Amino acid sequence: MTALLEARDLVRVYHGRQGLFGSAVPVRAVDGVSLQVRPGETLGIVGESGSGKSTLGRMLLGIDAAQGGEVRFDGAPLPAAATPDWRALRGRMQMVYQDPLGALDRRLTIAAQIREPLDIHRIGSGAERAQRVEELMQAVGLRPDQADRYPHELSGGQRQRVVIARALATRPDLLVCDEPVSALDVSIQAQVVNLLRDLQAQTRLSMVFISHDLKVVRNLCDRVAVMYLGRIVEEGPAEELFADPKHPYTQALISSVPEPGRPLDGRVILQGEPPNPAKRPPGCAFHPRCSIATDICRGQVPDLRQVAARQTAACHHVTGAPASHAA
Amino acid sequence: MSNLVEIRDLRVAFDGVPVLHGIDLDVAPGEALGLVGESGCGKSVTWLAALGLLPSKARVTGSVRLGDTDLSGAPRSRLESVRGGRIAMIFQDPSSALNPVLKVGKQLCEALRLHRGLTGQAAQSEALRLMDMVGIPDARGRFTLYPHEFSGGQCQRLMIAMALAGEPDLLIADEPTTALDATIQAQILDLLSRLRAEMNMAMVFISHDLGAVAQVCERVCVMYAGRIVEQGAVGLLFDRPRHPYTRGLFDAIPRLYGPRAPLVPIPGTVPDPRRLPRGCAFAPRCSHARDFCQDERPSLLGQRDGRKLACAYPQPDPGLQEEQQRQREGLLQ
Repeated sequence: MTALLEARDLVRVYHGRQGLFGSAVPVRAVDGVSLQVRPGETLGIVGESGSGKSTLGRMLLGIDAAQGGEVRFDGAPLPAAATPDWRALRGRMQMVYQDPLGALDRRLTIAAQIREPLDIHRIGSGAERAQRVEELMQAVGLRPDQADRYPHELSGGQRQRVVIARALATRPDLLVCDEPVSALDVSIQAQVVNLLRDLQAQTRLSMVFISHDLKVVRNLCDRVAVMYLGRIVEEGPAEELFADPKHPYTQALISSVPEPGRPLDGRVILQGEPPNPAKRPPGCAFHPRCSIATDICRGQVPDLRQVAARQTAACHHVTGAPASHAA
Repeated sequence: MSNLVEIRDLRVAFDGVPVLHGIDLDVAPGEALGLVGESGCGKSVTWLAALGLLPSKARVTGSVRLGDTDLSGAPRSRLESVRGGRIAMIFQDPSSALNPVLKVGKQLCEALRLHRGLTGQAAQSEALRLMDMVGIPDARGRFTLYPHEFSGGQCQRLMIAMALAGEPDLLIADEPTTALDATIQAQILDLLSRLRAEMNMAMVFISHDLGAVAQVCERVCVMYAGRIVEQGAVGLLFDRPRHPYTRGLFDAIPRLYGPRAPLVPIPGTVPDPRRLPRGCAFAPRCSHARDFCQDERPSLLGQRDGRKLACAYPQPDPGLQEEQQRQREGLLQ
């Protein structure tokens, strides 16, 4: 099957500054990322802060321009941001952000906000648009009497439903969600995760789901890509990757998730902090925190390569054989 | 053994709206107690009220005893001798809790001077020891750096060092790992457990993360809408939750292992404190609620297995059922 979204060797460099008067330091936020999203598929992107996952999400929609590499949507290269072609395409690719209150206009009723994309993309007549807003509100579990409410009158979970309804208004093919449930309480988070899952089952929507919450990603995503300092270090089907992580970083990341009933001892606790992206270690960026790093890791950047039937990893010490990573 | 802290019937109201409806809570010396619940359930307010840290618009009643000292309505001077001394607190966002224009070493020395009367060389060497203890690499070299020169995880380590400066009997950790990355979160949880054991210090761990609570606490209180709804030993409560809300919290978290099933959310949202239901506050969201629950509020009552529970129709206890089964079989023989 052909991919709906395809990214090849994406690069994005920011110019950070060292100190107040220091010279500009290039920060490679996204450094050669390639990925594919097939129709109806959910790709999870996980990583810690500074791993470049949010920047990558914006690049996939063309909001941040790629400085290297290319994004193809539905077989054609993505037009440059802010051009009429790009605006027209944005109806087919939408974004959901972490903070729903920040993403909503406080002075517009929620019905007006859900309708706005339809107005912008001139979809349907006035009556059809009103009809579509009603449908959308029902689909995301908002009551019809809430249509005339303002964002501050809703709870956090309800606001996120408004944001999702608005993103779905134009019947997009692709939804990029950047930490959509991180600001929500546990019980509400489950409501929104189920909502995304149901919507996807009904509409064959493709999703890129960016999150630091591994449990949610495992539950919702078909495939997962793990990012570390701007690069994908491991990728594979969610179930396989979580059951048998190959890259030492993925292993530590999964091990660090506290679960009721799993004791503290026996977990892999990584030493040190994720390095500053402005001071990327040479070779494998993970080597200063890695327990199995050797000379080759300090000198040579590992490529992403096949390590299992459907799994790739970027580590010099992972081979295709199953037990070899347990060193 | 007498308790370190005893809270009785603690109530808090903001602008006449009650948000905490009579909390009774004991902390034993050296114990690790977890407080869990969703935003707005009163888990943080309980301790802010106990330490007199709420703004003046809050009305606080009830009693808080720390050993022989009564903290409720105590004068500022007495509260200040307790805060940071016998009871220390760390918060969610470490970088905003540190003073950005003071060097970290100076901030640590200030805490040591206030709470232990250490000055000069003595304070400095003790500050360095604390920085070492919480795992700041190259403490001597980084003594004169400012907070912004440390990462989030290291700022939280510094906050912990500062909290330990007064050699507290009780450390209150309010969502200490929520703002941190997963791998750093694991480091801080590990550090807190280790320090508590080494210093024989009691800890109250406030969190919405059930997994984190399970790892560092011995006893847990689950709070909902300003009340404790279930309380007991970690193993008991997490293996066999009996309050439908506790049960619901567990069912709502996705798992790292096992089948990837759709989640079981708790329907509805937390009630508005201005419009609390008449009966059990959880009744409108509870699938087990009956007419009784709508009208009558259940009290927090002790159960045979040692837990406390506030529910008229709790989840069955498998342990209890087995025991009854055995008794019936015994009678038959």
